This record gives sequence, structure tokens and C-alpha cells, in this order.
Amino acid sequence: MVIQAASLDHKAINDALRGQETDCTVVGCLGQRFIGAGMSDKTVVIDGVPGNALGAYLNGAQITVNGNAQDAVGDTMNDGKIIIHGNVGDAAGYAMRGGTIYVKGNAGYRAGIHMKAYHDKIPVIVIGGRAGSFLGEYQAGGIIVVLGVGGDEKRIVGNFPCTGMHGGKMILRSDCADIDFPGQVSARPASPDEMKEIKKYVTEYCRLFGYDESDIMNSIFTVVTPDTENPYKQLYVAN
Amino acid sequence: MVKEGNIRIPSGCAIAAIISRDGNRMTGEKIVEAMKPMHDRSNGLGGGFAGYGIYPEYKDFYALHLFCDCRDTRKACEAFLREHFEIVKGEIIPTRKMPEITDEPIIWRYFVAPLKSVLADLQLDEKEFVARTVMKINTEMEGAYVFSSGKNMGTFKAVGFPEDVGLFYRLDEYEGYSWTAHGRYPTNTPGWWGGAHPFTLLDYSVVHNGEISSYDANRRFIEMFGYKCTLQTDTEVITYILDYLIRVRKLTMKEAANVIAAPFWSTIEKQTDEYERNKLKYLRTVFSSLLITGPFSIVLGFNGGLMALNDRLKLRSMVVGEKDDLVFIASEEAAIRAMEPDAGNIRAPAGGEPVIVTVKEGKF
Repeated sequence: MVIQAASLDHKAINDALRGQETDCTVVGCLGQRFIGAGMSDKTVVIDGVPGNALGAYLNGAQITVNGNAQDAVGDTMNDGKIIIHGNVGDAAGYAMRGGTIYVKGNAGYRAGIHMKAYHDKIPVIVIGGRAGSFLGEYQAGGIIVVLGVGGDEKRIVGNFPCTGMHGGKMILRSDCADIDFPGQVSARPASPDEMKEIKKYVTEYCRLFGYDESDIMNSIFTVVTPDTENPYKQLYVAN
Repeated sequence: MVKEGNIRIPSGCAIAAIISRDGNRMTGEKIVEAMKPMHDRSNGLGGGFAGYGIYPEYKDFYALHLFCDCRDTRKACEAFLREHFEIVKGEIIPTRKMPEITDEPIIWRYFVAPLKSVLADLQLDEKEFVARTVMKINTEMEGAYVFSSGKNMGTFKAVGFPEDVGLFYRLDEYEGYSWTAHGRYPTNTPGWWGGAHPFTLLDYSVVHNGEISSYDANRRFIEMFGYKCTLQTDTEVITYILDYLIRVRKLTMKEAANVIAAPFWSTIEKQTDEYERNKLKYLRTVFSSLLITGPFSIVLGFNGGLMALNDRLKLRSMVVGEKDDLVFIASEEAAIRAMEPDAGNIRAPAGGEPVIVTVKEGKF
């Protein structure tokens, strides 16, 4: 089923998607927000530029964008998968609490801001290129992976990564010699066990976007985690 | 109704811009298209545009665009202008009657040149005199408001959605080498014609998406230099700060950007080039009261170019793209695609990183 988005607003597009039993392709998308919001059971492909908050509250559906996406992709997403064959804007995976986001290219500022996890709900965001500043700001759970594929000499992340991070894990394909982390996190080379986990994400990234897995794996990976269960203990009050 | 400037209601907005580096002139239709996919970023309480290179036949005269509340105000204002300026033309700005735009004030424009005798008497340069006259009208003449005062440029703004405002002002009938646009979602003020963006002084115009938290600190400082902030909106103070830094203090655009979106001290310390590091320190120290904090993305228009800038934390979105001689700037990539579906090199500048685009020498 093909939905022509050119003359539709965000509500009309979502209504059209909800009315279909089959998988859908949305063509001619231009800035309509909230596409696929809360959906649990569809596979949606989007041509054009979807608007902000693509797949917000996504609950199991799969969304593929054949190009760039804007801000707040997967905002508060609970389950499902978002695949972006391009770059994403700021705040991708904002407060995400489950599911996976794969981005072929770069992410803007604040990717993975306030991601969280609970029991088997462990959100994952994989950024193929570089990430902007404040990566994983206030990260409370989940996994953020940045691969720096096709990168030039620029740093793999911008300034101030992990600001306020107090849970979860960040994996950067770099020795991170040129990156300053805040005091409450530790950065260390990935262990063999962690490399196995990393390989899982890299394999899927390469499958989706057609890269060579051994090229990407043949590199140093750094794992960043907060120092303790409660890094802010006694920051404000003795508790 | 309590007018803007007398009330504060604690916004989202949309901005867009286009410029031809070759100085090719284009109608306002493209920039209006950019605002359509960003419709939901505004709430109908303000839309506006600035066009550069639109008055080539009067390019040596200041184009004053005025809102007046009644005929008498307009006449009084004209009489005042006549005492200080040669008026080569005065006319109603042509508009379209349309149901989406109502309650319009009297909208008039004058093409003027300050009288040489007045300038000699006051010992002021031309631009300073025009700037002071604009301040005088806007603060002292009840019911009159100058909303555009540059040469060979003009702003067009109203209460309404931007795509309607563009139609209202018949922007398809103007041709400029650059355009900026704004859709407003006022959060601090009720939304009046004068409070719509762009805000301008001389040929500087600013469209702004954000909510700056340093407003009062900035205002107190800038008002020491004769600027008067009349509308309580943050964009007005940004416009005056940029005029002060660039025209009065003669900073470069980049230096001005380094003042208002100064890097963190920790980032400055990491700057390896000693000259650059010292310069950043100097600018942050000397102009500490002009640091703008809080979220903003702005496009500054000026004769011959544009500068786009985000706050240093990048709390608002901004995307840049290009095709051939054209450069596009907008809050969303969709807006750029609406202007040019095949725009390339789409990128998001970092916080505090100015994007300065100028028209080739001699082409505007």
C-alpha cells in the first residue's frame, strides 16, 4: 500500500497508516511530524523527509526512512525498530526505553538523551557516522553505539559526551584519546565479552546498510559506563 | 487589548532563509514555500519576511516601513520625517485583502535621505542618525512604529501564519538576492504586528527561534548605548546587540558570533591557536554582558549576506543546504526541500558555529 503524503498533514498520514492491514510505503513526505507514533504492528517505509518525532512512542512497529530524518526520532519509543538510511537531527532516541534505532550516517546533538532501561527493556541506538555534542546526556540506561564509519579526521563525538550519565553504556569505535569525559564515568577498552556484544550490533548495521563487517570490527572500541550504581549519591544531600 | 510591550506571557518558532551567492534575484515565492511544511511551528500570531536587493531603483535611500494606528499618526509622522529627511517617495505598501489577515494598521513606506544640513548640525554619520530617528519614532510617537529602515531591503510582517503573510504582502512581486522568513509562536507577549519578526535596524534584520534567558542583562547593557527596547521581546535586543557589535564597534560577523554565543571557558582553554584563544578570552571578557544564554537559532540578514547562528548548547535546530549558487537555511530540512528538492550538502552547524554566506563582491 502506497500513501501519497504530499497533500496530507500528520494526522491524515497516521490515519491512513492505521487504516491499513498491510505494510505501507509513504512517499513524498515533507516535514509531517509524529509519523507512526505509538504503532505496534506495521512495517512502514518512508520516502522524503519525515518531520520531527518520527516514531514517537513506537511500540513494536518497524519504520525505515530512505533518507534523512529530523529531530527527536524515536522520542520515548518503547519497542520496535527505526532504520534511517541517512542522518538524523538532534535528540534522536530521546528518553527511549526500548527497541532499536539504526542510523547509517551522523546524529545531531543530544542523541540518546535520557535513555533508560528496565529489566528486559534495553533500548539500543547505533549511529554509523559521528555524533554531535552532549551524546548520552543524562543517560540512565540502554546502549549507545557510535561507529564513526566513513569519518574524516573529525572526532567521533562532539563536546561534553556523557554529561549527567548515570546508567547504561556507551560504545565508541575510537581510542577516545581526544575526548574528555566527565568525572562520574569511566572509559576503558572493550573486553572480549564486550567485543562479542559489539559484533552483534555491527553485524546488523552492516546487513542494513551494506558495509563490510571486518573493516568496522578491526578497530579499537571504548566502553563508557558510569562509575557506580548511584554516581550522584551525596551530590545534593547525604542519602 | 493590552498592546505588546505592556504585557508578558511566558515560544516555538520557525525560521528559514535563502541567498544567491551570485546575487541572482528571486521573487519571494520560494521563501514562502519554505514556511509551509513548518506550519505547525507557528500559531498564527506572527509571520514575516525580509528581502534584500528588492528596491534597486531606490538603493541609495533608506526605506522606512511604518505601521501607523490612524491617518493622523501617519501625517504627523510624515511631517516629522520631512523636517529631517528628503523624502523621495511615500506610498502605501501594497497588500492583498484576504480573510486570513485582519486588523491591519496603516502600512506605509518612505524612501528617504537624511538632510545634509541636519547631519552637519548634529555631527552624526548618516546611519547613526537614521538609527536614532527610528528609536525616537518608536519610543516617542504614539501609534507609529518603524519596522524596517535599511537601504535596498525591506521587512514585511503581520499577525498571521507566515505563508499567509507572504501572500498578503504580495511577495511574488518583489525580487531579492536573499530572503529570510519567520513563523511565530509567541510565548511572552500577545502578538502584535510590530512584534512579529524580522526585527530590524538599518539593514540588519533578525529572525529568531528561541527564548533567551539573558534578556534583561542584555537589555540593561545595550540601553546604555542609546538603544531602546520597547517590546519586551528577546529578538529586539538581539538585533540591537548585533548592530552595536558590528556597525558601532566594527567587529566582524564571526567575532560578534563569538560574543553572543561565546564558547565555554573550558572549550576556550582547549583552543590550541594562542591568538585565537586570546581573542576568544578578550571578547568574552570585554562583552560579557552581551553573552546570550538560553536557546536560540537566528538568521541575521544584512546587505550582501546572511549569518546563521545557534546558541552554544544548540538547544534549537538549524539545518543548512546548498545547490549551485544558492544556500538555504531553515529550522527543518523539510523547509529546505520545499525550496529546492535537490539541495545537497545538508548539514547541521554546531552550537555557536556561525554560518556566514555573502554575495560575491560587486553582485549586489
